[in-house]
Amino acid sequence: MSIGHTLLGLLESGPRHGYDLKRAFDEKFGHDRPLHYGQVYSTMSRLLKNGLVEVDGIEAGDGPERKRYAITDAGVSDVALWLATPEKPEPYLQSTLYTKVVLALLTHRNAADLLDTQRSEHLRMMRILTDRKRNGDLADQLICDHALFHLEADLRWLELTAARLDKLAEAVTR
Amino acid sequence: MSAGQWSRDLGMGAKFAFTGGREGWVRVLLTAVGVGLGVALLLLTTALPGAIKARDDRGSARDDFTYISEAKPKADDTLIIARTDSTYHSEDIRGRLTEPEGPKAPLPPGITKFPAPGDMVVSPALDRLLKSDSGKLLRERLPYRVTGTIAQSGLIGPAELAYYAGAEGLGKRLSGGKVERIDYFGPSVKPPGEGLDPVLLLLVLMVFTVLLMPVAVFIAAAVRFGGERRDRRLAALRLVGADGRMTRRIAAGEALAGSLLGLVFGTAFFLAGRQLVALLEVRDVSLFPSDLDPSPALALLVAAAVPAAAVLVTLLALRGVVIEPLGVVRTTKPPRRRLWWRLLLPLAGLGLLYPMVGQGNGNGDFNEWMVIGGTVLLLVGITALLPWIVEAVVARLNSGSVSWQLAVRRLQLSSGTAARLVNGIAVAVAGAIALQMLFSGVEAAYTKETDNDVSRAQMTVDVRGGASQEKVAREFAQTKGVQTAKTITTTYVGERTNNPETSIEVAVGSCAALREVATLKSCRDGEIYRILGGEYDEGTRELAQAGRTVYFDPSYTDYEHPAAAWKVPAGLKTAAPREDPTGYARDGLLITPRALPAAATAGLSQKVYVRFDPSVPDSRDNVRNTAARFDPLADVYNMTVSEQSTQFRSIRTGLFVGATCVLVLIGASLLVSQLEQLRERKKLLSSLVAFGTRRRTLSLSVLWQTAIPITLGLVLASTVGLTLGTVLLKMTGTKVTVDWLSVLTMTGIGAAVVLVVTLLSMPPLLRLMRPDGLRTE
Amino acid sequence: MTHHPAGSLLAASGLRKTYGPTTALDGAEFSIHPGEVVAVMGPSGSGKSTLLHCLAGIVPPDAGSITYNGQEMAGLSDTQRSALRRSEFGFVFQFGQLVPELTCVENVALPLRLNGTGRKEAERTALAWMERLEVDDLGAKRPGEVSGGQGQRVAVARALVTGPRVLFADEPTGALDSLNGERVMELLTEAARSTNAAVVLVTHEARVAAYSDREIVVRDGKSRDMERAV
Repeated sequence: MSIGHTLLGLLESGPRHGYDLKRAFDEKFGHDRPLHYGQVYSTMSRLLKNGLVEVDGIEAGDGPERKRYAITDAGVSDVALWLATPEKPEPYLQSTLYTKVVLALLTHRNAADLLDTQRSEHLRMMRILTDRKRNGDLADQLICDHALFHLEADLRWLELTAARLDKLAEAVTR
Repeated sequence: MSAGQWSRDLGMGAKFAFTGGREGWVRVLLTAVGVGLGVALLLLTTALPGAIKARDDRGSARDDFTYISEAKPKADDTLIIARTDSTYHSEDIRGRLTEPEGPKAPLPPGITKFPAPGDMVVSPALDRLLKSDSGKLLRERLPYRVTGTIAQSGLIGPAELAYYAGAEGLGKRLSGGKVERIDYFGPSVKPPGEGLDPVLLLLVLMVFTVLLMPVAVFIAAAVRFGGERRDRRLAALRLVGADGRMTRRIAAGEALAGSLLGLVFGTAFFLAGRQLVALLEVRDVSLFPSDLDPSPALALLVAAAVPAAAVLVTLLALRGVVIEPLGVVRTTKPPRRRLWWRLLLPLAGLGLLYPMVGQGNGNGDFNEWMVIGGTVLLLVGITALLPWIVEAVVARLNSGSVSWQLAVRRLQLSSGTAARLVNGIAVAVAGAIALQMLFSGVEAAYTKETDNDVSRAQMTVDVRGGASQEKVAREFAQTKGVQTAKTITTTYVGERTNNPETSIEVAVGSCAALREVATLKSCRDGEIYRILGGEYDEGTRELAQAGRTVYFDPSYTDYEHPAAAWKVPAGLKTAAPREDPTGYARDGLLITPRALPAAATAGLSQKVYVRFDPSVPDSRDNVRNTAARFDPLADVYNMTVSEQSTQFRSIRTGLFVGATCVLVLIGASLLVSQLEQLRERKKLLSSLVAFGTRRRTLSLSVLWQTAIPITLGLVLASTVGLTLGTVLLKMTGTKVTVDWLSVLTMTGIGAAVVLVVTLLSMPPLLRLMRPDGLRTE
Repeated sequence: MTHHPAGSLLAASGLRKTYGPTTALDGAEFSIHPGEVVAVMGPSGSGKSTLLHCLAGIVPPDAGSITYNGQEMAGLSDTQRSALRRSEFGFVFQFGQLVPELTCVENVALPLRLNGTGRKEAERTALAWMERLEVDDLGAKRPGEVSGGQGQRVAVARALVTGPRVLFADEPTGALDSLNGERVMELLTEAARSTNAAVVLVTHEARVAAYSDREIVVRDGKSRDMERAV
């Protein structure tokens, strides 16, 4: 995710202090991983340098940074361009799990156990997300669903692989 | 619409019927079996008149008694034949003793050689009976050696019990109707146009109408077997582009294929059933397979009418159904059933019958078509009224146990299906009730009430020949199962030895026996009584006077035989008349044994009144055996309260044969629909069992589901049946009485069918309720 | 590892069941505690449903033991097992379980009525449960007139109406879209938790299984309890 574009987008509704920006970001997108303050500072200075934001004013205070940022016209068009550009789908061709399965087969370890353990791990995560979804608001539900669907996709692959382990073993050990 | 299009769609439907996978096959098979059963019954009905005629023809071809009073002279082409008919275990046995008097004596049909004295030829059925364990008592009665069997041409049916036994010395016992000399077999005199009288004809018409109606209802139901699945299949056809009319024609084609296959099945069933017919005997009637030969014209009519009806019924059934590409839509809520036109049918039927009221007495003829039309309309009226009644009643049913609730709710959703199922039974029961009423009403005219007092005696035996009274009395009294056997010896006395003008009866017996036939104040052996006070006691007053000479056993032919003269002694006492157990009040003389003159021994015949110990089985057959031991020609009368005309009895028998077939058929169709319904609910049933529904609950709900509409059907059937019966009785001019017993019997039979069907659908239900149904694979 | 962990409400060990030539269960183990939701997972044909049928006493296993509440089920007659299912267990299946000619509220009231409760009272209780599952407005409708999701909620209401101690759900969302499916799962697990009922949930969908507390995997008739294995 491009943090720069996200912060720019947040500025479009009006000028904000760096601290406000961090809070807004955490609230809407941060979920499990709150933005580090230093990250905001470095990102904003890069945007300033590129002319996408400008400093709207500085407040005197004890805090390390009390600058107010505002988006420039170039910044607005940059946000528009980013939103209009489709994300490149993730090809998921490099899978650690696949590597582990093949290695297990090559070394005559139990690949089915490996898959079962992985399923259990996936389900553990899915349970946490499901629980959170149940107690959260719509935004929470959507973000959790996104993750759940991905995990489910992994699990489907897992089941399919489990069902084809014999054939796979034949193919890789030949 | 071109004929080509029609035939193409019909052909497509026919093709679907056979290529529709397993499901399609099952459906075609169900329809074919159902239609086949109906067709078989139709063929049977069309063949019955021929079969009955063939039976009658063979019956009259072996007629032997001429009932002509003057005796033929003995010649080389004469035969003496004696009737020794008997009854064994309530089955009639036709028995004949034969004594050919010359080489050209006529042979009865079905045998090739006269049995020698002491030998007999028997029907196959009698042969089997004699060889079986249950024929033990009969073997004692027929002490002849079996030397051959009677062929089909000499029997009226395969189950008939008959024999011809060789005898000697029959010439001494010639008497009209019992022992005769004949020179040919066959109808004695051409029957004077003995057609059925109008009332009997009415009965026959009714029997056929009443029996065929349910068959039609049944065939209509059979064509609709598996209709719901078929509709779903048609919906799939709509999806790939068939239009509404095409689907209807395709459905008609399927029905046509099913019914054509049904015709084939029906012919096969009929041919198979024809062979089976020889094995069974329904109420005294058995038929040879070759007798059942349907007339070609009627068979052709069946072959044309059944497929046509199948197509028609299918098109009618699809009328309320819209088959959409994505499924079947029953025209939302079927229009509320209206009552008026449903009432119109039975009313029209009554209207047709009413003008004929009162025409049966006298020689009035019924208009056959109005009778049939009226009856059919009344009975069809049932099939129209029943859906309305079922709907109206079921909608008002509520509360009750779970099984009741399940059944009622199901009926509320599909009351039409339920009503269709029981229509057949209702029509059959209504017709049968009407017929029963007609029978019991007309019965009076065709049934003689006897004067028998069965509380005093249940059998009388007449033994002629030389046996003494003591011996006869002793042997009958000692027969197993006999409680009392009161024996009197009977003869006559006249004022002359030959052709007397006045003759009176004489009864000789112990005081106890004499008290059976007259009222005696006191009685002592050695006394003589005369019975006075009866209606015709002039003869007694004239002859039974002390000092008067009378002659025992006077002769009524020109040939004189010695008759013992007897002077009536003094000290004659008087007795009052009393009806004997057969209802006969005699007059004449009563003589106690010691008062009987020794010379009066000729022409005596012994009459035994037998009373049984009801707890002993086979006592009647024991008595018949004892009688046969004294004299094969002894007459044994089983005393009953009433006797029926035989012609009347055969119509009644026909009704029972037919009603049995029809009810079995309807039971079969009920069972098929029930099973079909259950199969469609397999998953539901298993899930109900999963959450702990008792088997009893589900079984009961299946029972209610048939019992509710059947009960309604039976109530309606009884009403219509009683109405029809009343009208028919009025037509024959007979007093209207309701035979409640027969109403109960008929409704009982209908109810029994429900019960049997429910019982038969239990095993599949229990199987479907096994949790295997939950497996999704 | 003990076969019947202490405190378990329903436990099974060494279950074997064959249908003709197919072996559906081949030594499966199971246990569940009150208030617990256990998912039974595995590929189709692995024996999941058979395990559920055996646990619920619908089919007797060929071998092995099942104890409910400390009582061995093998000793129970068919009638006794039926009575147990009526009073102690609840069932939700994928489809085909509502009686089409009864109204929804009559369907929900059915298990109570089978237990001998009067009609009025049974339907009052039924309506309360339907309210909890947000389908109380469907009371007078017939199952054919409601949507799949609504029908399934009615089925859940029916499964819970007797206050069962174990709820058996076999692919309860199999015929539903994901939104409806999740709502049914939420309502089901919520209701079960609030009554401290155990739920045996057979499913092949991971997102449905995520509503459980733990899962058991059945493969080739053998079970694997993932929690204990780890």
